[in-house]
Amino acid sequence: MKKQRAFILSGLIPALLLVLAFTYYPFLKGIVMAFQEYKLFDLRSVHFVGIDNFKAAFKDPKFIMALQNSGYWVVISLFFQFFLGLTLALLMKKQFRGRGIYQGFVFYSWALSGFLIGMIWKWMFNSQIGVINDLLLKLGIIEERIGFLSNPHWAMFSVIIANVWYGVAFFAIMLLAALQSVPSELYEAAVMDGASGVRKLWNVTLPYIMPTIIATTLLRAIWIFNDPTIIYGLTNGGPAGSTHILSSLMLDKIIYGGDYGAASAIGIIMIAILLLYTIFFLSVTKAEKAGEF
Amino acid sequence: MKLRLLGVSKFIYLAIYLLVMVFPLYWIVITSLKPQKDIFSFPLKYWPERFTLDNYVHIFKISKFHIYIGNSLMIAIISAMIVLVIAILSAYVLARFKFRGHKQIMLAFFATQMLPGFVALAPLYLMMSSMSLINNRFSLVLMYTVILIPFSTIMLRGFFQRIPASLEEAAMIDGCSRWSALVRIIIPVMLPGIASTFIFAFVQNWNELFLAVMFIDNDALKTLPVAMNSFIMKFDVDWGAMSAGAVLSILPTILLFAFAQRFIVEGLTQGAEKG
Repeated sequence: MKKQRAFILSGLIPALLLVLAFTYYPFLKGIVMAFQEYKLFDLRSVHFVGIDNFKAAFKDPKFIMALQNSGYWVVISLFFQFFLGLTLALLMKKQFRGRGIYQGFVFYSWALSGFLIGMIWKWMFNSQIGVINDLLLKLGIIEERIGFLSNPHWAMFSVIIANVWYGVAFFAIMLLAALQSVPSELYEAAVMDGASGVRKLWNVTLPYIMPTIIATTLLRAIWIFNDPTIIYGLTNGGPAGSTHILSSLMLDKIIYGGDYGAASAIGIIMIAILLLYTIFFLSVTKAEKAGEF
Repeated sequence: MKLRLLGVSKFIYLAIYLLVMVFPLYWIVITSLKPQKDIFSFPLKYWPERFTLDNYVHIFKISKFHIYIGNSLMIAIISAMIVLVIAILSAYVLARFKFRGHKQIMLAFFATQMLPGFVALAPLYLMMSSMSLINNRFSLVLMYTVILIPFSTIMLRGFFQRIPASLEEAAMIDGCSRWSALVRIIIPVMLPGIASTFIFAFVQNWNELFLAVMFIDNDALKTLPVAMNSFIMKFDVDWGAMSAGAVLSILPTILLFAFAQRFIVEGLTQGAEKG
C-alpha cells in the first residue's frame, strides 16, 4: 500500500503544485489587492485602504452600467443560445444523410477565438460598408444604415447577437449527446400509451435530459458572465463604455489603467454574484439533479 | 401529409441555421481575397469579380507574420504536450483511486473553471515580472500549461473511467508495475481521447489573447492573437489585411477541429457529465 501511496502522490503533485502556485496563489493575492490601493504606475505607494475600492466602484456610473449590461448579456445570450441549441439538437437527433458534415459546418464556431469572432462581426456590423447593413437594406427591412456598434442603443444588442452566434454550438453539442443517450424503450413505451410528438418531448425527452440541461446552463451562464473576449474584439466596451460588462471593465482597468486595486474589487463583486447565483440555481433546481460535481 | 410538412420545415430550419453559421466565415474569406479597392466600393460584391492574394502578401510585408505564426505554433504545441503528460498522470490517479482529499482536489479543479480568472491576472503579471519572465515565451508556455491542467484532467479522467480497471490489473498480475501497465496497456487504448485532449489544448493555446498581451510586447516574441490585436490598433481600417490575418489564424484550428470533432465532443460530454 505504501507503493500505491507513492504512486498517487507522484501522479498528483505536478498538477496540484502548478495549479496552486499559478492559479490559486495569484487569485488569493488578487483578492487581497481589492482592499489595497495598488496602481502599476505607482507601486511604491501600495497600501491598504479598506473597502474604498468597492465604494469607488459603486459610485462609478461605468461600473453600474457594466453591472446592468452583465445581466442583459448573460440572460439574453443564455436564453437564445439554449433555445436555439436545443432546437438544433432535437432536429439533428435522427440520422440524416450528410449529418456528419452538417455538424462540422454548424459547430465550428467553437474552435474560433472570441477575439476573432468579435473582429469578424465588427467587420460585418460596419456602419458604412458592413454586409449586415447591406443585406438588411436589400431585404427592405431597414431604410438607412444603422450604426450597430457606434450607436449606444444598438451596440449592446449587437455584441449579444455575436455571442449567441458563438454559443449555440456548445448547447447543441451537449444536448445532442444527451438526447442520443435517451433509451429508445422509453419512446416505445410512450408510443404504446398513445403519446403524441409534443407529449413525448415533454414527458420523456426533457425529463430524461434534465440533468444535462441544468449542468450546461449553470456552467454556461458562468462562462458567459466571465468571458469578455467577444466584447473586447467587437467594441472594446465602447461607444463610451456602453457595452462593458463586469469582466471587460475589469480587464480594461488592468490592461489600460494599471489600476489593480479597482480591477480586483470588480473581481470580488463578480465572485459574490457567481456564488449567489450558484446557490440560488442549485437550490431552485435541486442540487442532486445537476449530477455530481 | 403532416409528416411531409414537418420534414420540410425541419429542412428549412436546418438550412437557415447552416447559412447563418457559415456566412461570417465565408464573408471573411471572401474579403481577404478581394482587391483592396473592391473591399471599400459599392455595391458590395457577394462573389468577387477578381480574386487576389495581395492581402496575404501584404500582411507578410508590413509585419513579421511568419514569426508570429512560428511563435504561436511553438508555444501552443509545447504547452499542449506538457499538459498531456501532467494531466494523464493526475487524471489516471483520480480515475482509479479513492483517497482522502479526492473530492477536494476535484472540486479545486472544477472551481478554476468557474472563478473569474482575471482576478489572478494582475498578480500573475507581477509574479512574472519578478521572475524576469516578461517578454519571455516561457511565461506563456508555463501559464497555458497551468490553465489547461484542470480541464484536461477532468476530460481525461472521463476517458480513463471508460476503460475497465481489469485491463491493467491483468497486466499487473503478469508482473507489470503500475507505471508500465499505464504506459504500455492503458495509454495505447486511450489514444483517441488523448489526441482530442491534445487538440483541445492546442486550440485553446492558439487562441489565447489576454495573458499574451500582458506578458509580451516585444515584436519578435508576439503570438498571432497579440499581433492581430496590435493590428487592430494600428491599421483599424485596413480590413483586407485584417481579414487575411484572421483567415490565417482561423485555418489551423478549423482544420484540427474538423479532424477531431467527434472525439472532442465525446470527451467533453463525458467529462462534463460524469465529472
